[in-house]
Amino acid sequence: MNGDVELTVSVGQREPSPFRMIATLGIAAMLSGLVLATVFQVTKPLIDANKARELRLGVFRVVPGSAGLRKLVLRDGGLVAVAEDEVVTAPAVHAAYDESGTFLGWAISGDGPGFQDTIEVLYGYDPQTRRVTGMHILASRETPGLGDKIYKDEAFVANFGALAIEPSIVVVKDGRDEGNEVDAITGATISSQAVVRIINEANARWLPVLPAEPPPFTGESD
Amino acid sequence: MADALQPTEAYDEFVKGIWKENPVFVQVLGMCPMLAVTNTAVNALAMGAATAFVLLGSSLLVSLFRKLIPRQVRISTYIIIIATFVTVADFTLEATVPRVHRELGAFISLIVVNCLILGRQEAFASRHPTRIALADAAGMALGFALALFCLGATREVLGSGSLFGISLFGERFEPWVIMVLPPGGFLMLGFILLFFNWWQQRTLRQRRAGPAMAGIGDAGEAAS
Repeated sequence: MNGDVELTVSVGQREPSPFRMIATLGIAAMLSGLVLATVFQVTKPLIDANKARELRLGVFRVVPGSAGLRKLVLRDGGLVAVAEDEVVTAPAVHAAYDESGTFLGWAISGDGPGFQDTIEVLYGYDPQTRRVTGMHILASRETPGLGDKIYKDEAFVANFGALAIEPSIVVVKDGRDEGNEVDAITGATISSQAVVRIINEANARWLPVLPAEPPPFTGESD
Repeated sequence: MADALQPTEAYDEFVKGIWKENPVFVQVLGMCPMLAVTNTAVNALAMGAATAFVLLGSSLLVSLFRKLIPRQVRISTYIIIIATFVTVADFTLEATVPRVHRELGAFISLIVVNCLILGRQEAFASRHPTRIALADAAGMALGFALALFCLGATREVLGSGSLFGISLFGERFEPWVIMVLPPGGFLMLGFILLFFNWWQQRTLRQRRAGPAMAGIGDAGEAAS
């Protein structure tokens, strides 16, 4: 403490009052808060719109032919339709419809551990044929060049085109024979298995609660 | 740029960051983003741009308010300023280029602790007038971005066989996958640093020997 004071005196500077230090930091923090609040307000709608668009495109990809969707959340053991932009914390699925409003299938999302980090998968499910209709990765940090083939390798994604889910989806390494088999990516077996496991788990969770009669389509299609 | 002397000084401060005191190759600062996000050229450029924005903004404010900030709380004040710019960059990238933002992930937020930025504030911006500080920040930012790009482009070409996502060698190219993984980053950086060290020593040796005796100096060096 003494050393500090002597040092500042020797270079000809007086120790500033504690008030000045507090004021400097306080003003800096306040201005920073103001800037951050403004930027947040400006960018929030854009960020939300990006996420919603990403999800819409994902749904339309995994349920072929779909052009409109409705969001349903799990509340008190049943599925309730909510507005698309309503912020919900409960788990949600999307019902997908074609241009005339006919129900086509469900878009279900699930996540689980991959090779490096959590993988978020969105997949389509057709209750009539009881098959997966498509798969889209919403988020993953799998190894570039190997694990990222779960979304970059079209042949792998095509595995999920009309995939039977019973008794469960399995990963094979020597080409698919049965309708419920997925051919693993060479060099990314763990990532391939992770995607399949996530879908199996989401099926176990969602299929029992999906209503037989989907809600009628009300929104606009695009 | 009004008077005659200052522009040259600003210019010197600007140029030194690009080559002579390059933050990555010479000062070896900011290694964490350097290794983590340089697996493609686009990621490297986005990281370079975000860092440049933060560095320029912070240097401007720190230099403007350098006489108002008490020395005892200067580091905390710098961190507040830097963190603010980083968060602004984070939100802006997420709102405008969500794809790039997702690839860069946590490394945008981690610009706050990039020692290059705090280093420039403490060592330079807090002691120099605004224009000089800005020139220094611009030079350092450009040097950092160039270094990121060198590494990113090389790793993408070798590891994915493409540049800016455009395939270069066609179907028959077998990508050297390790180059886009972290070990490839270390390897590539090691080679680049080796080159810069060799270059520096060579320049030093030539200068010591003098232009007329350059040949003799080299021969002596080889014999010893």
